[in-house]
Amino acid sequence: MKHGRIAYQGAVHQVTEARGKVRLADGRLLNEGDFQWLPPVEVGTVFALGLNYADHAKELAFKAPEVPLVFLKGPNTIVGHKAQTRRPADATYMHYECELAVVIGKTGKNVKKADAMGMVAGYTVANDYAIRDYLENFYRPNLRVKNRDGCTPLGPWLVDAADVPNPMALKLTTRVNGKTTQEGTTADMIFDIPTLIEYLSSFMTLNPGDVILTGTPEGLADVKAGDVIETEVENVCCLVNTIVDDATYFANA
Amino acid sequence: MIKQKVSGTVYGVILNDNASLQKIGSLDEAPYKGAPKAPVLYIKPANTRVACGSAVELPAGADSVEVAATIGLVMGRAAGRLAAGNALDAVAGVVLAADLSLPHASYYRPAIREKCFDGALPVSSVKPLADLAGLVLTTEIDGEVVDSRSLNDLVRSPARLLADVTEWMTLAQGDVLLVGIRYQAPQAKAGSVVCIGAEGLGSLQFTIVQGAQA
Repeated sequence: MKHGRIAYQGAVHQVTEARGKVRLADGRLLNEGDFQWLPPVEVGTVFALGLNYADHAKELAFKAPEVPLVFLKGPNTIVGHKAQTRRPADATYMHYECELAVVIGKTGKNVKKADAMGMVAGYTVANDYAIRDYLENFYRPNLRVKNRDGCTPLGPWLVDAADVPNPMALKLTTRVNGKTTQEGTTADMIFDIPTLIEYLSSFMTLNPGDVILTGTPEGLADVKAGDVIETEVENVCCLVNTIVDDATYFANA
Repeated sequence: MIKQKVSGTVYGVILNDNASLQKIGSLDEAPYKGAPKAPVLYIKPANTRVACGSAVELPAGADSVEVAATIGLVMGRAAGRLAAGNALDAVAGVVLAADLSLPHASYYRPAIREKCFDGALPVSSVKPLADLAGLVLTTEIDGEVVDSRSLNDLVRSPARLLADVTEWMTLAQGDVLLVGIRYQAPQAKAGSVVCIGAEGLGSLQFTIVQGAQA
């Protein structure tokens, strides 16, 4: 089943997908455009992986890491499907990153690889934007690059783990204004999902609502104000986001 | 009476005091290739937060942790694009905090394993916002003062730090911004009793205990 969260008529609703519409718990069916999408989970700790695809590590001229390169994100950066993300006026290189997002469903510490998939509630899609102009070599990638307001769209659906039997063999695709710019497969992850869960839970307790953004393959490109970015993971969902400039973003400030 | 609780995300900053900048030395060479321009932040996630009086288990394989005494600014309201001049108006109170880390000399890559283990952030209850300039934080391990630092040598004052950080990220009500930690702070071992104190803010105590062996 596909689960979402929306804002509709002054309230937040948990919804499910029903034949291309969203279904509220009381049975009402809504059409796209009649409500606002929210991130499909109220996130706990958000982990993100750097350089977790060999081709992407090479693209950035890095050796593939020997232990997972993990960084964290705050809730300020998470936005839902069909939101707008700001490209600051002084940015010269802002790129998307299409990622499979793993949503944790149980509390666990010292989880072994063999048991790791039992921790997963489901999957969604993230677009982990980065603005490379702000990269500095301290705790890199630093929060000014990766934890900007509204810079990590997530959603639209949380798809039950049971409905995604092969999470390590899913096609990832990014389209900018309809043109495909990034293609890859989760089969190419350096550290796969069980390995990441075992690693993270070896030193910290994972909790329901924690999310692991598993990294992105090669195929990055600069995006400009007005661009519509679709990041899609096969059998999970397609996440749409629009880039806006400062004048639009702060129009009413 | 402070009604605001620490309920959100805890952010910290490195290299925000002159003593630490001196200690780490030249930042011109690789991997840093220059001093940081913007505040360098890290996140202490929810699993790290424990109260005064807690016993913190050493992570598997570790025999000591760095204990970095600091002050956290607890946000009383959502705050984005603050101006330094009135940034402190958004702060509801402060906490004493001990930012625990596995020793790591390099600040190049995010230190998640080092800084995010369970219990890696003992924090006090929320105290009224005091004048932080000149505040002296002391760290005692087993009754002996191992470090004493004044907030006089901050590179960015609390107000300046809030302004610079909220330039790119909105802090939510209940979020905490730690004002800085020592590079290579004193270390505590299993069995150590640690006490962080500051005049007017009381103290924060906890013990370090051996964890289960992996």
